[in-house]
Amino acid sequence: MRKTLGMAALAAVLAGGAQAQSTADEIAKYREMIADGNPAELFEMEGESLWKTPRGPKKATLEQCDLGQGPGVVDGAFARMPRYFADTGRVQDLESRLLTCMETLQGIPASAVVDGDWNKGERKTMDALAAYVVTHSRGQKIQLDLANPQTRRMYELGKRAFYYRSGPMDFSCSTCHGEDGKRIRLQDLPNLTHKEGAIAAWGSWPAYRVSNSQFWTMQHRLNDCFRQQRTAEPEFASEVTVALSVYMAATAQGGVLQTPGLKR
Amino acid sequence: MKAVSILRPALAALLAATAGLSAAAGEDYDAQTREMMQSSFKENGIASKYRQLQLDFQKACSALVPPSAAAMKQIEAEQMQTVRWPDDGKFFGDWKEGEKIAQSGRGLTWTDKAGESNGGGCYNCHQLAPQELSFGTIGPSLHRYGKLRGSDEGMVKYTWGKLWNAKAYNACSQMPRMGDAHILSEAQIKHVMAYLFDPASPVNQ
Repeated sequence: MRKTLGMAALAAVLAGGAQAQSTADEIAKYREMIADGNPAELFEMEGESLWKTPRGPKKATLEQCDLGQGPGVVDGAFARMPRYFADTGRVQDLESRLLTCMETLQGIPASAVVDGDWNKGERKTMDALAAYVVTHSRGQKIQLDLANPQTRRMYELGKRAFYYRSGPMDFSCSTCHGEDGKRIRLQDLPNLTHKEGAIAAWGSWPAYRVSNSQFWTMQHRLNDCFRQQRTAEPEFASEVTVALSVYMAATAQGGVLQTPGLKR
Repeated sequence: MKAVSILRPALAALLAATAGLSAAAGEDYDAQTREMMQSSFKENGIASKYRQLQLDFQKACSALVPPSAAAMKQIEAEQMQTVRWPDDGKFFGDWKEGEKIAQSGRGLTWTDKAGESNGGGCYNCHQLAPQELSFGTIGPSLHRYGKLRGSDEGMVKYTWGKLWNAKAYNACSQMPRMGDAHILSEAQIKHVMAYLFDPASPVNQ
Protein backbone atom coordinates (compact mmCIF):
# COMPACT_ATOMS: atom_id res chain seq x y z
CA MET A 1 0.00 0.00 0.00
CA ARG A 2 2.75 2.38 1.02
CA LYS A 3 4.55 1.49 -2.19
CA THR A 4 1.48 2.20 -4.33
CA LEU A 5 0.96 5.58 -2.73
CA GLY A 6 4.61 6.48 -3.19
CA MET A 7 4.52 5.55 -6.82
CA ALA A 8 1.35 7.54 -7.45
CA ALA A 9 2.91 10.55 -5.76
CA LEU A 10 6.04 10.28 -7.87
CA ALA A 11 4.03 9.78 -11.05
CA ALA A 12 2.13 12.98 -10.22
CA VAL A 13 5.39 14.83 -9.69
CA LEU A 14 6.84 13.54 -12.96
CA ALA A 15 3.65 14.30 -14.89
CA GLY A 16 3.83 17.87 -13.58
CA GLY A 17 6.72 18.36 -15.97
CA ALA A 18 7.59 21.97 -15.22
CA GLN A 19 9.49 21.68 -11.96
CA ALA A 20 11.60 24.36 -10.38
CA GLN A 21 14.51 21.94 -10.17
CA SER A 22 15.55 18.63 -11.59
CA THR A 23 13.63 15.48 -10.75
CA ALA A 24 16.72 14.10 -9.02
CA ASP A 25 15.50 15.17 -5.58
CA GLU A 26 12.08 13.59 -6.03
CA ILE A 27 13.64 10.36 -7.28
CA ALA A 28 15.93 10.35 -4.24
CA LYS A 29 12.92 10.76 -1.93
CA TYR A 30 11.13 7.96 -3.70
CA ARG A 31 14.16 5.68 -3.43
CA GLU A 32 14.23 6.33 0.30
CA MET A 33 10.52 5.63 0.60
CA ILE A 34 10.85 2.17 -0.92
CA ALA A 35 14.38 1.43 0.33
CA ASP A 36 13.34 -2.03 1.48
CA GLY A 37 11.32 -2.82 -1.63
CA ASN A 38 12.47 -1.97 -5.17
CA PRO A 39 9.78 -3.32 -7.54
CA ALA A 40 12.71 -4.94 -9.40
CA GLU A 41 12.51 -7.61 -6.66
CA LEU A 42 9.48 -9.09 -8.40
CA PHE A 43 11.56 -9.54 -11.57
CA GLU A 44 14.41 -10.99 -9.55
CA MET A 45 12.12 -13.58 -7.94
CA GLU A 46 10.68 -14.50 -11.32
CA GLY A 47 14.24 -14.76 -12.69
CA GLU A 48 15.33 -17.11 -9.92
CA SER A 49 12.36 -19.31 -10.63
CA LEU A 50 13.09 -19.28 -14.39
CA TRP A 51 16.76 -20.10 -13.69
CA LYS A 52 15.71 -23.28 -11.89
CA THR A 53 12.86 -24.33 -14.19
CA PRO A 54 13.50 -26.89 -16.96
CA ARG A 55 12.72 -25.09 -20.22
CA GLY A 56 13.28 -25.29 -23.99
CA PRO A 57 13.56 -28.31 -26.32
CA LYS A 58 16.17 -29.85 -24.00
CA LYS A 59 13.96 -29.38 -20.92
CA ALA A 60 16.96 -28.20 -18.90
CA THR A 61 17.47 -25.57 -16.22
CA LEU A 62 20.16 -22.87 -16.31
CA GLU A 63 21.73 -24.15 -13.10
CA GLN A 64 24.82 -25.32 -15.02
CA CYS A 65 25.22 -21.97 -16.80
CA ASP A 66 28.82 -20.71 -16.59
CA LEU A 67 28.82 -16.94 -16.15
CA GLY A 68 32.59 -16.93 -15.80
CA GLN A 69 32.97 -18.09 -12.20
CA GLY A 70 32.31 -21.74 -13.05
CA PRO A 71 29.10 -23.66 -13.88
CA GLY A 72 26.21 -22.57 -11.68
CA VAL A 73 28.06 -19.79 -9.84
CA VAL A 74 25.87 -16.69 -9.85
CA ASP A 75 27.33 -14.85 -6.87
CA GLY A 76 29.72 -12.10 -7.98
CA ALA A 77 29.49 -13.08 -11.67
CA PHE A 78 27.99 -9.82 -12.91
CA ALA A 79 30.64 -7.73 -11.12
CA ARG A 80 33.22 -9.30 -13.47
CA MET A 81 31.25 -8.86 -16.69
CA PRO A 82 31.63 -8.21 -19.57
CA ARG A 83 34.47 -10.74 -19.80
CA TYR A 84 36.18 -13.01 -22.31
CA PHE A 85 34.80 -16.54 -22.58
CA ALA A 86 37.11 -19.12 -24.12
CA ASP A 87 34.27 -21.47 -25.13
CA THR A 88 32.66 -18.88 -27.42
CA GLY A 89 35.91 -17.01 -28.19
CA ARG A 90 34.11 -13.73 -27.52
CA VAL A 91 33.86 -11.00 -24.91
CA GLN A 92 30.29 -11.24 -23.63
CA ASP A 93 28.06 -9.05 -21.48
CA LEU A 94 25.50 -10.63 -19.17
CA GLU A 95 22.72 -10.76 -21.74
CA SER A 96 24.83 -12.23 -24.54
CA ARG A 97 26.21 -14.83 -22.12
CA LEU A 98 22.68 -15.75 -21.03
CA LEU A 99 21.87 -16.23 -24.73
CA THR A 100 24.75 -18.72 -24.95
CA CYS A 101 23.48 -20.64 -21.90
CA MET A 102 19.88 -20.69 -23.13
CA GLU A 103 21.04 -21.99 -26.50
CA THR A 104 23.56 -24.60 -25.35
CA LEU A 105 21.82 -25.87 -22.20
CA GLN A 106 18.14 -25.46 -23.10
CA GLY A 107 18.18 -25.48 -26.90
CA ILE A 108 16.39 -22.11 -27.07
CA PRO A 109 17.74 -20.36 -30.20
CA ALA A 110 19.34 -16.95 -29.65
CA SER A 111 17.07 -15.60 -32.38
CA ALA A 112 14.09 -16.00 -29.99
CA VAL A 113 15.58 -13.06 -28.06
CA VAL A 114 17.60 -11.25 -30.75
CA ASP A 115 14.64 -11.01 -33.16
CA GLY A 116 12.02 -10.58 -30.42
CA ASP A 117 10.20 -7.56 -29.01
CA TRP A 118 10.89 -5.76 -25.74
CA ASN A 119 8.87 -6.88 -22.71
CA LYS A 120 7.57 -9.94 -24.59
CA GLY A 121 8.40 -13.64 -24.88
CA GLU A 122 12.02 -14.68 -24.42
CA ARG A 123 13.20 -11.05 -24.16
CA LYS A 124 10.99 -10.71 -21.10
CA THR A 125 12.50 -13.95 -19.78
CA MET A 126 15.92 -12.34 -20.33
CA ASP A 127 14.87 -9.31 -18.23
CA ALA A 128 13.95 -11.53 -15.28
CA LEU A 129 17.09 -13.67 -15.58
CA ALA A 130 19.25 -10.53 -15.67
CA ALA A 131 17.47 -9.16 -12.58
CA TYR A 132 18.24 -12.41 -10.74
CA VAL A 133 21.91 -12.51 -11.70
CA VAL A 134 22.72 -8.83 -11.01
CA THR A 135 21.07 -8.94 -7.58
CA HIS A 136 23.75 -11.46 -6.64
CA SER A 137 26.48 -8.89 -7.34
CA ARG A 138 24.78 -6.05 -5.48
CA GLY A 139 27.23 -4.39 -3.09
CA GLN A 140 30.24 -5.90 -4.86
CA LYS A 141 32.99 -3.98 -6.63
CA ILE A 142 33.12 -3.75 -10.42
CA GLN A 143 36.23 -5.72 -11.37
CA LEU A 144 36.81 -6.19 -15.07
CA ASP A 145 39.76 -8.26 -16.22
CA LEU A 146 41.45 -5.47 -18.18
CA ALA A 147 44.64 -7.52 -18.50
CA ASN A 148 42.81 -9.74 -20.99
CA PRO A 149 43.75 -8.62 -24.53
CA GLN A 150 40.29 -9.35 -25.94
CA THR A 151 38.67 -7.22 -23.24
CA ARG A 152 41.26 -4.49 -23.86
CA ARG A 153 40.38 -4.55 -27.54
CA MET A 154 36.67 -4.19 -26.78
CA TYR A 155 37.48 -1.27 -24.47
CA GLU A 156 39.30 0.48 -27.32
CA LEU A 157 36.42 -0.14 -29.74
CA GLY A 158 33.86 0.92 -27.13
CA LYS A 159 35.68 4.17 -26.45
CA ARG A 160 35.73 4.96 -30.17
CA ALA A 161 32.05 3.99 -30.57
CA PHE A 162 31.22 6.37 -27.71
CA TYR A 163 32.54 9.31 -29.76
CA TYR A 164 31.23 8.09 -33.15
CA ARG A 165 29.04 10.81 -34.65
CA SER A 166 26.61 9.92 -37.42
CA GLY A 167 23.01 10.16 -38.55
CA PRO A 168 20.77 13.15 -39.33
CA MET A 169 21.45 14.84 -35.99
CA ASP A 170 25.25 14.28 -35.90
CA PHE A 171 24.96 12.85 -32.37
CA SER A 172 27.24 10.42 -30.55
CA CYS A 173 27.00 9.03 -27.00
CA SER A 174 29.33 11.85 -25.94
CA THR A 175 26.86 14.53 -27.09
CA CYS A 176 24.81 13.86 -23.96
CA HIS A 177 27.24 11.93 -21.76
CA GLY A 178 30.60 13.67 -22.27
CA GLU A 179 30.42 16.50 -19.72
CA ASP A 180 29.53 16.97 -16.06
CA GLY A 181 26.25 18.49 -14.86
CA LYS A 182 24.28 18.44 -18.12
CA ARG A 183 20.56 17.80 -18.57
CA ILE A 184 18.09 16.96 -21.35
CA ARG A 185 14.97 18.85 -20.22
CA LEU A 186 15.00 17.98 -16.49
CA GLN A 187 16.72 14.63 -16.88
CA ASP A 188 20.22 14.65 -15.37
CA LEU A 189 22.83 13.02 -17.62
CA PRO A 190 25.76 11.08 -16.16
CA ASN A 191 29.19 11.92 -17.60
CA LEU A 192 30.29 8.46 -18.70
CA THR A 193 33.86 9.51 -19.49
CA HIS A 194 34.68 9.87 -15.79
CA LYS A 195 34.69 7.34 -13.02
CA GLU A 196 31.96 8.90 -10.87
CA GLY A 197 29.44 9.16 -13.71
CA ALA A 198 30.29 5.72 -15.03
CA ILE A 199 29.72 4.18 -11.58
CA ALA A 200 26.36 5.99 -11.30
CA ALA A 201 25.29 4.58 -14.67
CA TRP A 202 26.90 1.16 -15.05
CA GLY A 203 26.46 0.48 -11.35
CA SER A 204 22.68 0.97 -11.39
CA TRP A 205 21.57 -0.82 -14.59
CA PRO A 206 19.63 -3.05 -15.15
CA ALA A 207 16.88 -1.08 -13.42
CA TYR A 208 13.19 -0.80 -12.71
CA ARG A 209 11.78 2.30 -14.44
CA VAL A 210 9.01 4.05 -12.52
CA SER A 211 7.83 6.10 -15.53
CA ASN A 212 6.75 3.04 -17.49
CA SER A 213 6.70 0.30 -14.80
CA GLN A 214 9.17 -1.75 -16.84
CA PHE A 215 12.40 -3.53 -16.01
CA TRP A 216 15.14 -2.55 -18.45
CA THR A 217 18.41 -4.38 -19.06
CA MET A 218 21.50 -2.47 -20.26
CA GLN A 219 20.73 -3.86 -23.74
CA HIS A 220 17.35 -2.11 -23.59
CA ARG A 221 18.91 1.08 -22.20
CA LEU A 222 21.52 1.24 -24.98
CA ASN A 223 18.91 0.46 -27.64
CA ASP A 224 16.81 3.44 -26.57
CA CYS A 225 19.88 5.70 -26.40
CA PHE A 226 20.63 4.87 -30.04
CA ARG A 227 16.96 5.42 -30.96
CA GLN A 228 17.16 8.92 -29.56
CA GLN A 229 20.53 9.42 -31.26
CA ARG A 230 18.64 8.77 -34.54
CA THR A 231 20.97 5.98 -35.65
CA ALA A 232 19.86 2.71 -37.22
CA GLU A 233 18.93 0.07 -34.60
CA PRO A 234 21.67 -1.88 -32.83
CA GLU A 235 21.09 -5.64 -32.88
CA PHE A 236 20.42 -7.20 -29.47
CA ALA A 237 23.75 -8.29 -27.91
CA SER A 238 25.70 -7.03 -30.95
CA GLU A 239 29.40 -6.19 -30.76
CA VAL A 240 28.79 -2.45 -30.31
CA THR A 241 26.57 -3.01 -27.27
CA VAL A 242 29.20 -5.21 -25.63
CA ALA A 243 32.02 -2.79 -26.54
CA LEU A 244 30.16 0.17 -25.01
CA SER A 245 29.42 -1.92 -21.92
CA VAL A 246 33.12 -2.74 -21.55
CA TYR A 247 33.97 0.97 -21.93
CA MET A 248 31.44 1.95 -19.23
CA ALA A 249 32.31 -0.86 -16.83
CA ALA A 250 36.06 -0.26 -17.24
CA THR A 251 35.58 3.45 -16.56
CA ALA A 252 33.57 2.48 -13.47
CA GLN A 253 36.21 -0.07 -12.36
CA GLY A 254 36.33 -0.39 -8.55
CA GLY A 255 32.92 1.24 -8.01
CA VAL A 256 30.23 -0.56 -6.03
CA LEU A 257 27.24 -2.10 -7.85
CA GLN A 258 23.75 -1.01 -6.74
CA THR A 259 22.03 -3.44 -9.09
CA PRO A 260 19.22 -3.67 -9.85
CA GLY A 261 18.65 0.09 -9.89
CA LEU A 262 15.58 2.28 -9.69
CA LYS A 263 15.09 4.95 -12.33
CA ARG A 264 12.69 7.60 -13.48
CA MET B 1 47.51 -24.09 -49.25
CA LYS B 2 49.16 -25.81 -46.34
CA ALA B 3 52.07 -23.40 -46.42
CA VAL B 4 49.67 -20.49 -46.18
CA SER B 5 47.89 -21.84 -43.12
CA ILE B 6 51.21 -22.42 -41.38
CA LEU B 7 52.45 -19.00 -42.37
CA ARG B 8 49.35 -17.18 -41.22
CA PRO B 9 49.84 -17.62 -37.45
CA ALA B 10 53.50 -16.67 -37.85
CA LEU B 11 52.52 -13.56 -39.76
CA ALA B 12 49.87 -12.71 -37.17
CA ALA B 13 52.44 -13.02 -34.41
CA LEU B 14 54.85 -10.82 -36.33
CA LEU B 15 52.16 -8.19 -36.90
CA ALA B 16 51.17 -8.31 -33.25
CA ALA B 17 54.79 -7.72 -32.30
CA THR B 18 55.22 -4.72 -34.60
CA ALA B 19 51.85 -3.34 -33.48
CA GLY B 20 53.63 -2.38 -30.28
CA LEU B 21 53.67 1.04 -31.92
CA SER B 22 50.46 2.38 -30.41
CA ALA B 23 49.69 4.65 -33.38
CA ALA B 24 49.46 1.62 -35.65
CA ALA B 25 47.21 -0.15 -33.17
CA GLY B 26 45.09 2.99 -32.88
CA GLU B 27 44.52 3.13 -36.65
CA ASP B 28 43.59 -0.53 -36.57
CA TYR B 29 41.03 0.11 -33.78
CA ASP B 30 39.63 3.04 -35.78
CA ALA B 31 39.07 0.78 -38.79
CA GLN B 32 37.58 -1.98 -36.61
CA THR B 33 35.25 0.54 -34.98
CA ARG B 34 34.01 1.78 -38.37
CA GLU B 35 33.34 -1.83 -39.37
CA MET B 36 31.53 -2.48 -36.07
CA MET B 37 29.36 0.63 -36.49
CA GLN B 38 28.06 -0.99 -39.68
CA SER B 39 27.83 -4.65 -38.74
CA SER B 40 26.16 -4.17 -35.34
CA PHE B 41 23.21 -2.20 -36.74
CA LYS B 42 20.12 -3.00 -38.79
CA GLU B 43 17.60 -0.87 -40.63
CA ASN B 44 14.35 -0.21 -38.76
CA GLY B 45 11.58 1.83 -40.39
CA ILE B 46 12.85 5.25 -41.43
CA ALA B 47 16.20 4.65 -39.65
CA SER B 48 18.22 3.26 -42.57
CA LYS B 49 21.69 1.79 -42.36
CA TYR B 50 23.03 4.81 -44.25
CA ARG B 51 22.82 6.59 -40.93
CA GLN B 52 25.81 4.55 -39.76
CA LEU B 53 28.08 6.07 -42.41
CA GLN B 54 29.92 9.26 -41.46
CA LEU B 55 30.10 12.54 -43.33
CA ASP B 56 33.65 13.92 -43.45
CA PHE B 57 33.09 16.44 -40.65
CA GLN B 58 31.30 13.83 -38.50
CA LYS B 59 34.34 11.59 -38.86
CA ALA B 60 36.78 14.41 -38.06
CA CYS B 61 34.73 15.43 -35.00
CA SER B 62 34.59 11.82 -33.71
CA ALA B 63 38.35 11.39 -33.48
CA LEU B 64 39.84 10.93 -30.01
CA VAL B 65 42.12 13.87 -30.87
CA PRO B 66 40.04 16.93 -31.93
CA PRO B 67 40.68 18.44 -35.39
CA SER B 68 43.34 21.17 -35.67
CA ALA B 69 42.27 24.83 -35.81
CA ALA B 70 43.02 24.86 -39.54
CA ALA B 71 40.94 21.72 -40.13
CA MET B 72 38.05 23.27 -38.15
CA LYS B 73 38.21 26.42 -40.31
CA GLN B 74 38.14 24.29 -43.43
CA ILE B 75 35.04 22.39 -42.20
CA GLU B 76 33.31 25.65 -41.30
CA ALA B 77 33.96 27.14 -44.74
CA GLU B 78 32.58 24.00 -46.42
CA GLN B 79 29.51 23.89 -44.21
CA MET B 80 28.82 27.59 -44.82
CA GLN B 81 28.30 26.70 -48.48
CA THR B 82 25.27 24.60 -47.48
CA VAL B 83 23.33 27.47 -45.88
CA ARG B 84 20.26 28.35 -47.95
CA TRP B 85 18.88 31.82 -47.40
CA PRO B 86 15.10 32.41 -47.58
CA ASP B 87 13.92 32.64 -51.20
CA ASP B 88 11.57 35.53 -50.47
CA GLY B 89 14.09 37.38 -48.30
CA LYS B 90 11.76 37.04 -45.28
CA PHE B 91 13.43 35.65 -42.15
CA PHE B 92 10.47 35.61 -39.75
CA GLY B 93 7.29 33.56 -39.37
CA ASP B 94 4.90 33.27 -36.42
CA TRP B 95 6.43 32.99 -32.93
CA LYS B 96 3.44 30.97 -31.68
CA GLU B 97 4.21 28.28 -34.26
CA GLY B 98 7.87 28.65 -33.34
CA GLU B 99 7.06 27.84 -29.71
CA LYS B 100 5.38 24.56 -30.71
CA ILE B 101 8.44 23.61 -32.77
CA ALA B 102 10.80 24.52 -29.91
CA GLN B 103 8.75 22.39 -27.49
CA SER B 104 8.58 19.28 -29.70
CA GLY B 105 11.49 16.86 -29.68
CA ARG B 106 9.77 14.41 -32.00
CA GLY B 107 10.98 13.02 -35.27
CA LEU B 108 13.52 10.90 -37.18
CA THR B 109 13.72 7.99 -34.72
CA TRP B 110 12.88 4.46 -35.86
CA THR B 111 9.57 4.75 -34.00
CA ASP B 112 8.59 7.84 -36.02
CA LYS B 113 6.87 7.62 -39.40
CA ALA B 114 8.10 9.13 -42.66
CA GLY B 115 6.44 12.37 -43.65
CA GLU B 116 5.54 13.48 -40.12
CA SER B 117 6.65 16.98 -39.27
CA ASN B 118 9.65 17.04 -36.94
CA GLY B 119 10.16 19.14 -33.86
CA GLY B 120 13.20 21.33 -33.32
CA GLY B 121 13.87 19.88 -29.86
CA CYS B 122 15.14 23.32 -28.75
CA TYR B 123 14.06 22.91 -25.10
CA ASN B 124 15.93 19.60 -24.87
CA CYS B 125 19.17 21.61 -24.67
CA HIS B 126 18.33 25.32 -24.24
CA GLN B 127 16.45 27.59 -21.85
CA LEU B 128 14.14 29.89 -23.84
CA ALA B 129 10.90 31.32 -22.38
CA PRO B 130 11.28 31.88 -18.61
CA GLN B 131 7.96 30.20 -17.72
CA GLU B 132 9.12 26.87 -19.22
CA LEU B 133 11.13 25.37 -16.41
CA SER B 134 11.73 22.03 -18.08
CA PHE B 135 14.76 22.88 -20.21
CA GLY B 136 18.08 21.20 -20.88
CA THR B 137 21.56 22.60 -20.37
CA ILE B 138 23.70 21.10 -23.14
CA GLY B 139 23.44 24.39 -25.05
CA PRO B 140 23.54 27.96 -23.65
CA SER B 141 20.46 29.79 -22.34
CA LEU B 142 18.62 31.66 -25.11
CA HIS B 143 16.32 33.57 -22.74
CA ARG B 144 15.89 37.18 -24.05
CA TYR B 145 17.68 36.15 -27.25
CA GLY B 146 16.44 39.03 -29.42
CA LYS B 147 16.26 41.53 -26.61
CA LEU B 148 19.91 41.07 -25.63
CA ARG B 149 21.37 40.78 -29.12
CA GLY B 150 19.20 43.17 -31.11
CA SER B 151 17.94 42.34 -34.58
CA ASP B 152 20.24 44.06 -37.05
CA GLU B 153 20.90 42.29 -40.35
CA GLY B 154 24.13 40.68 -39.17
CA MET B 155 22.52 39.12 -36.09
CA VAL B 156 19.47 37.92 -38.05
CA LYS B 157 21.59 36.32 -40.78
CA TYR B 158 23.96 34.75 -38.24
CA THR B 159 21.01 33.19 -36.39
CA TRP B 160 19.44 31.90 -39.60
CA GLY B 161 22.76 30.37 -40.64
CA LYS B 162 23.29 28.87 -37.18
CA LEU B 163 19.87 27.22 -37.31
CA TRP B 164 20.41 26.02 -40.88
CA ASN B 165 23.84 24.56 -40.19
CA ALA B 166 25.52 25.14 -36.81
CA LYS B 167 28.71 23.53 -38.13
CA ALA B 168 29.27 26.57 -40.39
CA TYR B 169 30.20 28.55 -37.27
CA ASN B 170 31.64 25.83 -35.02
CA ALA B 171 32.89 22.76 -36.88
CA CYS B 172 32.17 20.25 -34.11
CA SER B 173 29.11 21.95 -32.58
CA GLN B 174 26.77 19.55 -30.74
CA MET B 175 23.79 21.26 -32.37
CA PRO B 176 22.04 19.48 -35.26
CA ARG B 177 21.98 21.05 -38.74
CA MET B 178 18.28 21.91 -38.69
CA GLY B 179 18.04 23.07 -42.31
CA ASP B 180 20.92 21.26 -43.97
CA ALA B 181 19.94 17.85 -42.55
CA HIS B 182 16.23 18.40 -43.37
CA ILE B 183 15.18 18.26 -39.74
CA LEU B 184 13.09 21.44 -40.08
CA SER B 185 11.62 23.03 -43.22
CA GLU B 186 12.40 26.59 -44.25
CA ALA B 187 8.93 27.65 -43.03
CA GLN B 188 9.55 26.01 -39.63
CA ILE B 189 12.92 27.77 -39.29
CA LYS B 190 11.17 31.10 -39.95
CA HIS B 191 8.78 30.34 -37.07
CA VAL B 192 11.69 29.51 -34.75
CA MET B 193 13.41 32.75 -35.83
CA ALA B 194 10.28 34.70 -34.80
CA TYR B 195 10.22 32.85 -31.46
CA LEU B 196 13.81 34.03 -30.86
CA PHE B 197 13.52 37.64 -32.10
CA ASP B 198 9.89 38.85 -31.88
CA PRO B 199 9.53 41.40 -29.05
CA ALA B 200 6.13 39.82 -28.26
CA SER B 201 7.61 36.31 -27.98
CA PRO B 202 7.78 34.91 -24.43
CA VAL B 203 11.49 34.32 -25.05
CA ASN B 204 12.03 38.09 -24.88
CA GLN B 205 10.01 38.71 -21.74
